[in-house]
Amino acid sequence: MKRSRWDALTARQPALFALILLVLSAVINFIVQPNMFARETLNSNMRVFLPIILMAIGQAIVILGGGIDISVGGIVSIVNTVLATRVGLEGSPDEMWKYIFVSLLIGLLAGAINGFFIAYLRLQPIITTYATSFLYAGLALFILPNPGGGIPASIAALYRDSTPLNLPLAFYVIAVFLLIWLYTSSMRYGRFLFAVGGKAEAAYETAVPVTMVQFSTYVISGLMAAFSGIAITMLSGSGNGEIGGPMTLNSITAVVIGGNAMSGGVGGVAGPVMGAITLGIIQNIISFANIDTWWETLVKATIIVVALAAPGIISIFRRRRS
Amino acid sequence: MKRISISPPVAALILAIVLFLLSGLLPNGYGSDLEVAKAQATNILRLAVFLGVIAAGQTLVIISGSEGIDLSTGSVVTLTAILTYVIVNGADEKVLLALLVSLAVGALIGFLNGVGITYLKVSPFVMTLGMAGVVTGAIILINHGNVSGKVAPIMTRLIARPLSPSLQIPNAVIIWILFGILMWLLLERTSFGKNLFALGVNRVTARLSGVDVTGMNLATYALAGALSGFGGFLVVGNTGVVFINLGQPFLFPSIAAVAVGGTLLSGGKGSYWGTMAGAIVLTLITSLLTTMQMPDSVRRMVLGGTLLILISIYGRQRALRQ
Repeated sequence: MKRSRWDALTARQPALFALILLVLSAVINFIVQPNMFARETLNSNMRVFLPIILMAIGQAIVILGGGIDISVGGIVSIVNTVLATRVGLEGSPDEMWKYIFVSLLIGLLAGAINGFFIAYLRLQPIITTYATSFLYAGLALFILPNPGGGIPASIAALYRDSTPLNLPLAFYVIAVFLLIWLYTSSMRYGRFLFAVGGKAEAAYETAVPVTMVQFSTYVISGLMAAFSGIAITMLSGSGNGEIGGPMTLNSITAVVIGGNAMSGGVGGVAGPVMGAITLGIIQNIISFANIDTWWETLVKATIIVVALAAPGIISIFRRRRS
Repeated sequence: MKRISISPPVAALILAIVLFLLSGLLPNGYGSDLEVAKAQATNILRLAVFLGVIAAGQTLVIISGSEGIDLSTGSVVTLTAILTYVIVNGADEKVLLALLVSLAVGALIGFLNGVGITYLKVSPFVMTLGMAGVVTGAIILINHGNVSGKVAPIMTRLIARPLSPSLQIPNAVIIWILFGILMWLLLERTSFGKNLFALGVNRVTARLSGVDVTGMNLATYALAGALSGFGGFLVVGNTGVVFINLGQPFLFPSIAAVAVGGTLLSGGKGSYWGTMAGAIVLTLITSLLTTMQMPDSVRRMVLGGTLLILISIYGRQRALRQ
């Protein structure tokens, strides 16, 4: 008996399941929140989802390359505190743009530190980025021990309320990153990335610059975390040294719901983007469905576990039948 | 080229002793007062017990390989601590029942992790992460804001107090030593232990040599859950109070303790002695930073930096070029 069509399909299109989940959750959300696709609602949802989407894109690249990055939350916190303390509520837009540039450099540097230890010193990714997550989160708290500071309201409004052509700003940002991914993944770098994530030793033997590719994934992840930090700062308009911490594990869940294999080499970036949106929508549904507050966490976590386990359950049933 | 090598557990232990001796020179250190030094050392050792026991299950799943990890540890600790607290309710005769319930609940959660990982092919990282969410949800539901209960006098006597007035060794330390011997027997003197290492080295060869990989995987995660449950029982016996975030602070340190103790995070190689030494080192560093009255931010940075240095020394993976 040949492999069932579902298995073949999901093997070729890892993001297919993510798309099904996204559509399903969007439909449910539409039922509990009928004005979901109205411009205002769509925009207010997407601007909340964007930081985690950006983070998930970086996380997806790292996981594709066979690693994991637990320090992204710390990088978000650093960027947030730098922007909130250096620009300030009364700052000029010029200052803001200057420090956005600085933030991106911070992200690159933080990612490069991770990459150096993991790719060049060959330390294990999970424990290395766990250690650097303490460094980064500590630094963020050092910069801003208590929540406060902020960015000019005009800049925050730019992020919150821009809807060019009646579409949320977030759509354009996502589209830009997806196009960049589409381009790079079709180039040599993309093939190298999948090769390294699939089996680093084999890739090394076929002259793939494994170390360089691994290093680059963490730099990209750091950069994406910086973008995420900028987005969340513009969303909240204020500074909080612990803002990024809870985001890290969400970004990993988003990547896995998006159909990428944790072991690397399988998946893409579109799936994780859909995964991140799905996570946001699930949260939305729960807050709209009038679920008892005491039940909220349990319901949300159960939905996520079922979503994670669903591909496995489906293929078990398929195999039974065939 | 032959390099000088000390086994990681010994290295970690030496490090702990050196750090402790150096800490005497700190402004708030024990100085030349031997009694204070002894009291401080015993206290640190006593605190290390809890992390050490909780990291035991982590050691098992990490040795089992295939990206094995248990992120549900922290919430299982909280859950079983709360259950113990409620069941015992101040009565000595209920302690045994509470212990059994803690072990059983932990084992059940671990077993569910194992089912998701083995049958539904969810990666351990996300499966246990999702399970952590579900358990946290259950805790919130059970807890409902507050729980009423009490720790029994016999638990305090057996866990928190010293052996006898003349011999100031905390009972918890004695329990830990016995526990360590049992763990050593399990890993080195039983077929379970041998199979576990075989699993960690290579699942395919393990299966071909007749190891029941599926059964072993289920048993490992169930056992890890039960050990976390035991950890929760011990923790509440020491603190005497429960709260919703009781176990969470143990989660990542439990992984770090395993890594610092020289167990390969990729599996197949390691020991519980190493984890014990790792738990002592981590507890020591944390409590030193607390005694030095550093702000939280600096504490995190130093912890992250130290961890990075520790794993740089002996956490390195094999080079790509063989």
